[in-house]
Amino acid sequence: MGFNMIVLMKQVPDTSNVQEGAMKSDGTVNRDALPAIINPEDLCALEEALKIKETHGGHITVISMGPLKAEQALKFTLCLGADKAILLSDRRFAASDTLATSYTLSKAIEKIGAYDIIFCGRQAIDGDTAQVGPQVAEKLGLNQLTYVFEIVDLSKGHITVKREISNGYERAKAPLPILLTITSAANIPRPPSVKKAMAFKKLSAKEPSLVEADFPLQLWDAEFISADPTRCGLKGSATKVKKVESVVLKTREKKEIEPTLSSISSLMKELIHDHIIG
Amino acid sequence: MANFFKDNEDINFLLDNIELSEIIKLKEKNFSEKDEYPYAPQDVDEAMENYKLALDVLGDICGTIIAPRAKEVDEQGARFIDGEVKYADGTKEALKRLAQADLMGFTIPRRYGGINFPKTIYSIAIEMVSRADASLMTLFGLQEIADTIYRFGSEEQRKRYLPLFCSGEYSGAMALTEPDAGSDLPAVSVKATIGDDGKWYLNGVKRFITNGCGDVILVLARSEPNLKGARGLSLFIYKRDDTMKIRRIEDKLGIHGSPTCELMFNNSPCELLGQRKLGLIKYTFSLMNGARLGVAAQAVGIAEAAFREAYSYAKSREQFGNAIINFPQVYEMLLDMKTDIEAARRLVFFTSNIVDLKEGLEELDSENLLDKSLKKDLKKYTRYAGFLTPMSKIFATEMANKVCYDAIQIHGGVGYTKDFEVERLSRDARVTNIYEGTTQIQVNAAIGGVITGVLFDLCEELKEEIEFHDLKEGIYDLKENLRACIDYVKQMDNSEFQQFHARRLVEMGSFIVISCLLSKDAKYSEKKGHIARYFLNKAICKTADYKKQILSSTHLVINLKDNIL
Repeated sequence: MGFNMIVLMKQVPDTSNVQEGAMKSDGTVNRDALPAIINPEDLCALEEALKIKETHGGHITVISMGPLKAEQALKFTLCLGADKAILLSDRRFAASDTLATSYTLSKAIEKIGAYDIIFCGRQAIDGDTAQVGPQVAEKLGLNQLTYVFEIVDLSKGHITVKREISNGYERAKAPLPILLTITSAANIPRPPSVKKAMAFKKLSAKEPSLVEADFPLQLWDAEFISADPTRCGLKGSATKVKKVESVVLKTREKKEIEPTLSSISSLMKELIHDHIIG
Repeated sequence: MANFFKDNEDINFLLDNIELSEIIKLKEKNFSEKDEYPYAPQDVDEAMENYKLALDVLGDICGTIIAPRAKEVDEQGARFIDGEVKYADGTKEALKRLAQADLMGFTIPRRYGGINFPKTIYSIAIEMVSRADASLMTLFGLQEIADTIYRFGSEEQRKRYLPLFCSGEYSGAMALTEPDAGSDLPAVSVKATIGDDGKWYLNGVKRFITNGCGDVILVLARSEPNLKGARGLSLFIYKRDDTMKIRRIEDKLGIHGSPTCELMFNNSPCELLGQRKLGLIKYTFSLMNGARLGVAAQAVGIAEAAFREAYSYAKSREQFGNAIINFPQVYEMLLDMKTDIEAARRLVFFTSNIVDLKEGLEELDSENLLDKSLKKDLKKYTRYAGFLTPMSKIFATEMANKVCYDAIQIHGGVGYTKDFEVERLSRDARVTNIYEGTTQIQVNAAIGGVITGVLFDLCEELKEEIEFHDLKEGIYDLKENLRACIDYVKQMDNSEFQQFHARRLVEMGSFIVISCLLSKDAKYSEKKGHIARYFLNKAICKTADYKKQILSSTHLVINLKDNIL
């Protein structure tokens, strides 16, 4: 039996390759100055999905929200073995924070309908928030397993994984459907198939009204996924950038924070005091 | 991360400037598969685009997966455990990646699962893989085995074996050498006999078999017990089973990742490839020519890696308050390295072009599609390929050894330690002028083309495209000197005397072919012009030296052996 899988993917500036002009004077990233790559952990997430497809069979849909030029990155995921890639592109999606992004992605997932596993990279190398995956799970009312570095078993409607925790790992089992966030320790992603790369090189994304339902590279907008425009993009974003400061972290020791209201609140105070957030 | 295709200016130069349309049209049979396979090209431009795309994927695998593991593969090596060969971890990882990328059926037609690329592109691919890890080339480069099954096997055999080679499930080996039949292959003694069941069986020992642990082995064996020499040999396909034992693997100086096996066949069932008696004279000859070109490309790759190491070390290492690259004795070594690498690459590229044209026409010929003029072309390319293949191997592999030698020299003391790559590269390079026929054997194969004047015919053709007068003149000088040497040697009418000077003559021939090619390219880039002139200048000096040596010698030189040794 096969699994229906969805992989969430983000195109990011290659922050491992930062050169001059990488930041604008207003403190935002100058995306034109950095080469765009697929977020590395998203490729690890896709690799896990591909491994499941190889052993159990199934269907993989990759979804990415981004500008039209993210089409190339989505095409690359087809060359890796994804069956379908969907680019969520609409001017109204621009300048989304994690809240708006997770809303938009969850609407697209609802549009797809049936799924067993949603894969995300743990976090993107540009924002480093690690929020989008968990937020999508919340919005869909799904169980989630984060920081996964190994899928141990997948059978009888359950998945067993190993997830990274501080000082070790935890083995967790959960029923499907589920959302997983995958870390880079999970695998080394495969190279693309050159046969597919040759076959797909001239493919371009098409709106769903113009193609068959299984057309491999599609372009979806806000209407198509029935998204409320006020919850998308800049309008739907709760994050407002006031000012950007360069903060150099000095301490190297780590602290364990108990998940209680009082200790989280004292952590917040400390972080604000140190200008790490605020 | 490094991409071994994108970062190689010279490979890109060749692909951007050298006309390959004839080769592509032959390989693609005028694009007859364009509607059948989504990855088949529509025209020449799309084919070129596909080649670059595939090389880009391979370049990335080489730079990010293969090269970073080369040191570990060298240290761990292929091991022999409980009668079975285990590849090094890095080798396994690399093979997996190459198969995932659909790169294990490079030259095989699409209907058997391959990507149907010409040898010209395959040679570049081999070079890139070898730059990353020379030992892996013996596995990646063994696609020649599948190619031999394609060229000479039955349709049923093709269908049975080729898809599994292309998917990476099968790896191959060619079992030619025996303890007493190395360079002298006609002396092969492994027996192939027909059993009561009408099937063929193999008995005997093969030695120095690269990847002898492979799934499918092409075995050269004596099928005609009453026929001594080459005509009694046939080529067999052996599919690995329990009857064949691997007795040991060699503990070698280099290419540790590549297992070199001793095999013992014990009533091992096999099947005939092609026709009886043609095993050595036709099939193995073809197989080995492919492998020789592959080794030439491998040598270029190793040299490229060594040059890059030496160049970056020379730029960063300071002595006497100055980076050592600024010292003339150091930068001269680097100039020689760079020039000779581009020279060898050009020769291998050109030879691959000729082999592609030859094989493309051969395929048409087998379908009786050649008119008179194309038949003439086929004859010409066959003659050219006959001497260019061994000539490429000689030049490229001797060059690689010299480049690695100098790369260690530039590093000084640390180059002699395992802390730097160059010692491994040097060990790996050392096999290239030995296996698939030593340089001395290659000289025997190439000398005919030089002495009979085929080489001069080729140069007449190449000369047409040279635009610069000074380069033309220099090449004229080389040719006249070689002609004088050939005349002198012929006039001595002594075959041992000719053999004594054969290597010099072949080398002088290679200087001419390479000078023509580099000079031809000078019109595309100023830098190539500099390289052509630098190479030509050295060639003129060496040729003058060889000429003196040859013309001042008499048949007495062959007596020196008895007088001194």
